[in-house]
Amino acid sequence: MTRMNMIQAINSAMDVCMERDDGVTVLGEDVGYFGGVFRATAGLQKKYGKNRVFDAPINECGIIGVSIGMAAYGLRPVPEIQFADYIYPGMDQLISEAARLRYRSAGDFTCPITVRSPFGGGIFGGQTHSQSPEGIFTHVSGLKTVIPSNPYDAKGLLIAAIEDPDPVLFFEPKRIYNGPFDGHYDRPVQPWSKHDSSEVPEGYYNVPLGKAAVVRAGEAVTVLCYGTMVHVALGVAQESGVDAEIIDLRTLVPLDIETIAASVEKTGRCVIVHEATRTSGFGAELSAQVQERCFHHLEAPIERVTGWDTPYPHSLEWAYFPGPVRLGQALKRVMKD
Amino acid sequence: MADEPGRNLRSLSLHVPEPKYRPGDTVSFDDMEFPAAGSVARPDIAADPATLRDYPFTLIRVLDPDGQAVGEWNPRLEPDRIRAILRAMMLTRAFDDRMFRAQRQGKTSFYMKCTGEEAIAVSQAMALDRDDMCFPSYRQQGLLIARDWPLIDMMCQIYSNAGDRLKGRQLPIMYSSKEAGFFSISGNLGTQYPQAVGWAMASAAKGDTRIAASWVGEGTTAEGDFHAACTFASVFRAPVVLNIVNNQWAISSFAGFAGGESTTFAARGLGYGIAALRVDGNDALAVYAATEWAAERARSNHGPTLIEHFTYRVEAHSTSDDPSAYRPADEGLHFPLGDPIERLKQHLIAIGEWDDASHEALQAEVTAQVRDAGKEAEKLGTLSGTAFNHGFETSFEDVFAEMPPHLREQMEQSLEERRVAGV
Repeated sequence: MTRMNMIQAINSAMDVCMERDDGVTVLGEDVGYFGGVFRATAGLQKKYGKNRVFDAPINECGIIGVSIGMAAYGLRPVPEIQFADYIYPGMDQLISEAARLRYRSAGDFTCPITVRSPFGGGIFGGQTHSQSPEGIFTHVSGLKTVIPSNPYDAKGLLIAAIEDPDPVLFFEPKRIYNGPFDGHYDRPVQPWSKHDSSEVPEGYYNVPLGKAAVVRAGEAVTVLCYGTMVHVALGVAQESGVDAEIIDLRTLVPLDIETIAASVEKTGRCVIVHEATRTSGFGAELSAQVQERCFHHLEAPIERVTGWDTPYPHSLEWAYFPGPVRLGQALKRVMKD
Repeated sequence: MADEPGRNLRSLSLHVPEPKYRPGDTVSFDDMEFPAAGSVARPDIAADPATLRDYPFTLIRVLDPDGQAVGEWNPRLEPDRIRAILRAMMLTRAFDDRMFRAQRQGKTSFYMKCTGEEAIAVSQAMALDRDDMCFPSYRQQGLLIARDWPLIDMMCQIYSNAGDRLKGRQLPIMYSSKEAGFFSISGNLGTQYPQAVGWAMASAAKGDTRIAASWVGEGTTAEGDFHAACTFASVFRAPVVLNIVNNQWAISSFAGFAGGESTTFAARGLGYGIAALRVDGNDALAVYAATEWAAERARSNHGPTLIEHFTYRVEAHSTSDDPSAYRPADEGLHFPLGDPIERLKQHLIAIGEWDDASHEALQAEVTAQVRDAGKEAEKLGTLSGTAFNHGFETSFEDVFAEMPPHLREQMEQSLEERRVAGV
């Protein structure tokens, strides 16, 4: 075990996979010699050579398209899209190609690629470095969507994603690369080193896809969240004294609905939190599934705590961000009845 | 409107391209000029693209008007090899004819012929190695046929029947055969281009000897994927042959809507520093020679080649299209590059290796081969909207390697629906 922040954990996951499988290939803008704008691929080119870790032209369609071709050859590409906000030029390759290759060829060709991409706001990134587009991908059949919330999970989930035989979108909450964030933007940042989940094995392990984690057991209300919002939820539970059961989804598709349903049946209340815009966001899907399965156990309407349906504003990002106040008010509302 | 004193600005005008001929017009291609067969020099396969800048603006031709193969690009194939190309082209055309009729008879939903373009896929398959990887568009059935892939397998796919390895999931003609080195056809245009480049990059990165090839129509050169592929191919000097089949028409849009009025499609390679050739696409030997050059170049680590095959889409875009609504019905008859099968036949006759009787016998042979395969394929079923050739559960398989719980749940609902419906 060693202390790692999320970047180090993600770097270690790729390192471990590249060591074990010489088909694992890393490509993306600035990922080679420089090691990535967030340093996630630092040292990999030096260790594994330019045939396995290389810079790509600024062309996300090409980065994804080339990765699909490499996967068809038999490699296991791990393309990085520098910011999730830049993923849109690669959408057709992801949605029409990567996601459907196994299906349309009846298993003749497959696409084991893992698209890594930093996402989410809270870093003064403005509307082109802050978005949370996960809901666009969860709507697509044939794609898995994974979002870690801490260093231990980041490494274990990324290893599982790279080893997965199908395409995985691996969104990294960049606000918590260097430390957990409870949403109090006016307080000093805590480093990961003070957090238990920064104890990360140096070698191989994995955290299986499709399994949620109960990060705080509770009886009063179930809070569903992922990524940065896990830490916001933990902070609010502590401050408000509400005995919330907080579930870190970790994988959005396939969703661990069993863990979610068991919790809501126990607590009878459910609050869903995500940073992405509200309308047609993943929270809508969660709300529908909880209602379908747990209607007779519900004692209050399901609440969604999300970003507003606006572009991510630069100077007013804390007005957009679903922080402790928004979540705290929602918890009060569901606990009222 | 800008109307300051001293400025007399003319109104801007928008250029919207218009093809020369519309239905009812008298067609003439007399103004189309082509260099004589044999007049274009064959450069060294290692040539620097900077020395090849004239090639996108000429046309490589091998077969002259007398049916002789002339010039440096003559691939000097053995007569048996030429007969094999002729046979595969004729088999492709016979296959197209039968499957087109099958669609008209209601045995399937859709079909696309490659009439007039057979030389491209067939000669290219012959010029590439058998284990080179092809990333085709939807009009390269000749690749599979030239690689001796069983016709019955292709037909079963078209019929979505019990023998369809793709389990009825794909639109007819969207074949996939890893074994034949034929990548799953998407149906979205141009997506396969960067994928081919990626496959070629992987082959190079692993020190393999295999190369990749891909095909798009001239209309698809307007897609971003085309330019993504050219950028990556150029940057990484990928061992790939990138083909543009310029058949003049993208459904109802003539080549001008992809930029064909301003330059050639081969010239797209110039800005990328990619070697680019322009070939008479109805000349099977010229297509072979250009492909052989590009393949050798790629295999020798000299990087990618872009080839524009100049040809004409003789038939409708697909069975869902009626070209008489947008182009003169006789336009194809006037297209000056002739028919690729007829031209290769004349060549074989001119060199004393073929005659009309052999040709008729071969025609009868390929027609019978297609008919026999068709009968066998139809025994396994044809497409029907009311009978199902595949179990409902199969439409949930292969979304992922392992079926996740939500799909399992939906599959059970689907099976229950089938039970309730009694079908």
